[in-house]
Amino acid sequence: MEILDKRNFEEKIFKILMIFSLLVVLSSLIIIVGIVLFRGGSSLSLDMITQVSTGELYQSGTGGILNAIIGSLLLALPATGLAYIFGIFIALFLQKDFLHPRISVFIRLSLDILWGIPSIIYGVFCVMIMMFLGFGTSLLAGIIALTFLEIPIITRSIDESIKMVPDGLKESAYSLGSTRFETAVRVVRKQALPGIIAGVLLGLGRGIGDAASILFTAGFTSNIPTSLLDSTSALPTMIYFLYLSPNPLAQQKAYAAAFILLVIVLTISILSRALTKKSTKYVIK
Amino acid sequence: MDEKIEQQIETKNLNVTIDNNHILKNINVKIPAKKLTAIIGPSGCGKTTLLKSFNRLLEIRDDVKINGKIIVDNINILSPKLNVPDIRKKMGLLSQKPYPLPMSIYENVAYGLKIHHRISGKKLDETVENCLREAGIWGEVKDRLHDPASKLSVGQQQRLCLARAIAVQPEVLLCDEPTSALDPIAAQQIEKLLDKLKKDFTVVLVTHTLRQAKRLADYVIFLYFGYVIEQGPANQVFDDPKQPETKAYIKGDIS
Amino acid sequence: MNIRKIRDLIGTKLMLVLTIFVSLLFFLIFIILFFNSLLILESHSIIELLFSSTWNPMKDQFGLFPVVIGTILVTGISMLIAIPISLLSAIYITEYSPKKFKRPIRSFIDVLAGVPSVVFGLCAFIFLVPLVRDFIAPFFGVESTGLCIFTASITLSIMVFPIIISICVESFNSIPIELKEASLSIGATKWETVKKVIFRASAPSIISAILLGFGRAFGETIAVNMVVGGIPRVPSSIFHPGETLASLIASKYGELMSIPLYQSALMFVALTLFIVVLFFNLLGVFILRKARRRWKY
Repeated sequence: MEILDKRNFEEKIFKILMIFSLLVVLSSLIIIVGIVLFRGGSSLSLDMITQVSTGELYQSGTGGILNAIIGSLLLALPATGLAYIFGIFIALFLQKDFLHPRISVFIRLSLDILWGIPSIIYGVFCVMIMMFLGFGTSLLAGIIALTFLEIPIITRSIDESIKMVPDGLKESAYSLGSTRFETAVRVVRKQALPGIIAGVLLGLGRGIGDAASILFTAGFTSNIPTSLLDSTSALPTMIYFLYLSPNPLAQQKAYAAAFILLVIVLTISILSRALTKKSTKYVIK
Repeated sequence: MDEKIEQQIETKNLNVTIDNNHILKNINVKIPAKKLTAIIGPSGCGKTTLLKSFNRLLEIRDDVKINGKIIVDNINILSPKLNVPDIRKKMGLLSQKPYPLPMSIYENVAYGLKIHHRISGKKLDETVENCLREAGIWGEVKDRLHDPASKLSVGQQQRLCLARAIAVQPEVLLCDEPTSALDPIAAQQIEKLLDKLKKDFTVVLVTHTLRQAKRLADYVIFLYFGYVIEQGPANQVFDDPKQPETKAYIKGDIS
Repeated sequence: MNIRKIRDLIGTKLMLVLTIFVSLLFFLIFIILFFNSLLILESHSIIELLFSSTWNPMKDQFGLFPVVIGTILVTGISMLIAIPISLLSAIYITEYSPKKFKRPIRSFIDVLAGVPSVVFGLCAFIFLVPLVRDFIAPFFGVESTGLCIFTASITLSIMVFPIIISICVESFNSIPIELKEASLSIGATKWETVKKVIFRASAPSIISAILLGFGRAFGETIAVNMVVGGIPRVPSSIFHPGETLASLIASKYGELMSIPLYQSALMFVALTLFIVVLFFNLLGVFILRKARRRWKY
């Protein structure tokens, strides 16, 4: 009986530790959202989202961040589109219909390694390539960096959902005379649609929030870019530079920009859930 | 039923609801000590649920509601004040498919001994050996006690699970179709073991093969869609069933 | 029929080309980083770069030792915080929490995973920096500005929580319920089952989760850069400022283009970062495979 008391006591202690740990995790999110809402919300104004930034923003905190918002979208949306094209084709190709499983294992391995590479490396890598090609900081360079960053995320997510597609479904498509490519693009892609959407939005969320990869590539400007070779600001880098500014008013604006960024990221995450649910209507269970 | 026979487990108005499905309805059964009781009936009629309510394993799943009483050794084991691991220690479990713990053969058997008795060294070695002998697997594993248990064949794994269960000296062995995943020879080994073990343990065997029940059972409980239709000594239930459902089941009309 | 065949052929070839490109991408990154760091490696040995302590590019001194130490400290401490908290949280979510809380908690953790790192940095600055400056550092008798190794470690550990938790939850959930029943029916308590069965059965996944989290922490740039202090000096305490490899690249990027040797030095930093992360990722995969064979159940 004594032994059992001791064992139950140990269980109780660890249960308390578990609850404490979970509270630490959950409260960190609550604190983050709270800080951004209160500090950012209080300095948010209409000017912030209707005016472009000028040098003034960093000096006295007047002006807006419209160029950064548009810049972020111009960077992340095309990058996600490109990464999706890579992702869907590669993920479909990794099926055993196309590729020997032993080779797929190695490609998955290299994708997992790419996923783990810090985003700053992608930034540095793209700077070097662009310098080699004779370009400076530009929207294009930023898009390329973000595309590389998102490819492994989107590809592996799509790959995981394609793995779930039952063989029987593919077999019935083949037995109707479909080619491998038709089966992959028309049948498998439809069946895996919820996972594909979730993967693409995961990539978009990551791309729109990443600063390190576009820090050197996209550059930094007050203008809204008009061509692929123009430099562009983006929300994460703008927040970073506002934070580095010695002026407290400018720092205050960093929180307002973070508010907007967080709203965008949370919207993507909610959208992902909603769309995933909605898109299951073609899925054969 | 003969009044002289000692009761091991008795249920009183046991009702179990899982996910709003009423699985067990007003179960009143008596399970005699040191005998082999077979729970028979068509699949999906609550046999496993009844078995797992005896050692309170049901409640590790969500959405389970249990009402009524299960009396073991004059104690209602459903009472919330009791220490659940204590109850479970009294009831060894042999599941449909063998699930050896992710550790060595030796560690599998020593697991319960270490937890409950805090023994180690030579004494632990001896006890492990005895349990493995009793489960009829010692000869096959004595040279590779420290290999992962997953390397054994399925039949060997099931006997290892039996050794693991009897190591903590339970009073009851709950067996949930323990031969259904095994080949005929391995199944026969398990059956022989159960037949031998009922001298020392109360064995409750869930089975969906009628012939197995006929071979092994001293006492039979027939479950049908969550109701106990009939229970009694094996020869009485098999040779002279009282209820029409039992007759049909034994004849093979329903399965 | 012919058009369909041609489309099949072209489509398949396109898939092949894209796949080959992506599988070679990390070689390409390695090669580019390597050739760009050759310039600095011609005049400075790897030993000198990694183990000398003076960082003064203007005087041709590129000692990365303080940065290496800073990186090890920041990453190490963050993992020491993150591993127990994440494992205990994951176990609570899968084994102890009431069913109706499971989904909301997991959504919460998914949202935490999606918070951009620059937002982590901002929040750490407003919340953790004063906390460390006014309470934690004085408690240990150290004077600190709050912009220090320890603050960066806490920030990183919070960023790593969702990675380790979600992989572990996934893995704990995939353990067959019968395995838990087997342990419980012997009379083990729930915690004993967790400790001796669940942790063992999912050991490979736990290790790979930890290594993935480590990789994330090791390469995290912006959030660390915002709170670590940014001074490449060997810190005398964890409440003093330091610098990490990734953060160094971001800090010095303004100067990146100007001097070829300086640029090459930063490429060498990036190469080091790349190789270390690659090593840990491969180690993770290796352990996962080797352990799976032994732990098969």
